[in-house]
Amino acid sequence: MNNSTSTGTAMASASAASYLEFEKPLYRIHLEIEQLERDQLDGGRDFSKDLKDLRQRLKQMTKRLYSHLTAWETVLVARHPQRPLSPHYLGTMVRDFCEIHGDRLYGDDKAIITGFGRIGPHKVIVIGHNKGRDTSERIACNFGCAHPEGYRKALRAMKMAEKFGLPVVCLIDTQGAYPGIGAEERGISSAIAVNLREMSRLKTPIVCCVIGEGGSGGALGIGVGDRVAMFEHSFYSVISPEGCAAILWRTGEQRKLAAESLKLTAKDLMRLNIIDSVIKEPMGGAHRDPMATAASLEKYFTDSLRDLKRYKVDTLLRKRYERIRGLGSFFEKASENAKEPVESKPRSPSASDSKISVKSGSRSMTGMKRSSQPAS
Amino acid sequence: MIDRSERIDVPKGKWDRCEGCGHMLFHRELQENLFTCPKCDHHRRINARTRIEQLCDPESFEEFLKDLVPTDPLKFKDRVPYSERIKAQQDKTGETEAVVVGKAYIRGRPVILAVMNPAFIMASMGSVVGEKITSAIERATDEALPFVMVAASGGARMQEGMVSLMQMARTSAALARFDDAGGLYIVVCTDPTTAGVAASFASLGDLILAEPKAMVGFAGPRVIANTVKQELPEGFQSSEFMLEHGFVDRIVSRTDLRKEIGRIIDYCGK
Repeated sequence: MNNSTSTGTAMASASAASYLEFEKPLYRIHLEIEQLERDQLDGGRDFSKDLKDLRQRLKQMTKRLYSHLTAWETVLVARHPQRPLSPHYLGTMVRDFCEIHGDRLYGDDKAIITGFGRIGPHKVIVIGHNKGRDTSERIACNFGCAHPEGYRKALRAMKMAEKFGLPVVCLIDTQGAYPGIGAEERGISSAIAVNLREMSRLKTPIVCCVIGEGGSGGALGIGVGDRVAMFEHSFYSVISPEGCAAILWRTGEQRKLAAESLKLTAKDLMRLNIIDSVIKEPMGGAHRDPMATAASLEKYFTDSLRDLKRYKVDTLLRKRYERIRGLGSFFEKASENAKEPVESKPRSPSASDSKISVKSGSRSMTGMKRSSQPAS
Repeated sequence: MIDRSERIDVPKGKWDRCEGCGHMLFHRELQENLFTCPKCDHHRRINARTRIEQLCDPESFEEFLKDLVPTDPLKFKDRVPYSERIKAQQDKTGETEAVVVGKAYIRGRPVILAVMNPAFIMASMGSVVGEKITSAIERATDEALPFVMVAASGGARMQEGMVSLMQMARTSAALARFDDAGGLYIVVCTDPTTAGVAASFASLGDLILAEPKAMVGFAGPRVIANTVKQELPEGFQSSEFMLEHGFVDRIVSRTDLRKEIGRIIDYCGK
């Protein structure tokens, strides 16, 4: 497929639009640099030392800002209009991508792209949400919100992967499944549910990565596997911060607080044992260096598939089941002699961390260390 | 997530007004009719214990995992702390969580049964709900018994964030194993079966039954109306709508439910 539109480098042509609200200090330095460059050209004076200093400052400040983004800032970076989308990775990380279309039942949903490709030494089936880059593409693929036919196309591709012994690689980037009349009529619940069940028993390795936005069931519908990673500045949530704020505080204004409360960042979800790895992004976010980002992702998939291919199918499926079984397993047993099953007082961290869960031994922070350090 | 749980409580008085047609009924009459209106067939929401009483052979229900209680894995910041919300629901309902699971007999046939409780935070699915359902499915697999799920839910429990979303994967994975083992899985969709629960175990039944006029769907109707900017069709996201579009096998009146489940088990159960 043609993906020349989606691989543009953001940093080179930085404009006011490419800076987010919280990046105002960066934008100010950026403007200063531009001004000096113009003065240098017009007046013939040499500002190279000042420029060097300013660029250094820009770099340092970017690093400082991005080293501790708030949850809401992470949401903004994950939704950045120039953030690399699935087609970018299909054009860079994946070699010789051969797209396949349609669910053989209803139609071809452009919100989910599926096809054959090569990642490193591995022949794979790739499945990815596509939000679309320009207006017409965005409308064609419903901003990455898939209909049932999208999930069924993904399942068809997965079954083919199983049949021909190819691993499956999923790129997650969606606000959620499409909330529309047609989606309900054609059984969006059923389509997602069937994918969850089938992905849990597909007889071939499945590795998933949230590359931008992980929106609830729409994300999970192609997000069950042997390994699940997230990019450093992506997020994954059961509901959008705006939606959560609207329900709990009855106003969208509290979205920052909601984002914080939902624990939707990669770091939080790593701590909750819901994902297996965090893949580092170039300084200042994936959109500042899409090629380096793709290289990190390629390394993650190559390494994970190499590990997973060593397992026999039975072992693979047993480990996958154990992994899924242990996801989000938090509960306490009410003590038998206590009248009240639960204390209403806030518990100490150690008490509420009493987690009973089945964990596969392979889940660790290794992915964080393993992923290549992108060039800055 | 819809919380209209106050509607479920049955008034103490002698008389009761049908929520569907406004018809006045004797409370006892309503009870004998399993909380459905003899005039308009409106099915009132009922709590898990009432459902179990209606569905199972007398005294046959043997509950398990009763002592699992939720924690606050996210330390969720909200207007009311999550642990207090839970406590209030526990006090109100006398239940520890939004699902009751156990072994039971339905017209003499042994089953593993899970009943979701719309009276408890609209049966939203958190870690304990997911754990109990997953364990029940595993038990049904081990004991080679049919699994009957009376589904009702507003969806995932927001206060447990991604932990709640993962319950969709856990329950579905357990159902895959149950399916591989040849188990019979019967779902009964009751009002409301929506969102994360609809998009996981409630849609995976070998047979999917639904009570009349229950709300069954994925996205919230207001969200859909805002997205498509048009009026939603009459009866959208109802049991009848799902039947018409091929996602529900049969619409079964509450008074026939025992008979229907028994019949299906006779056809499919081992």
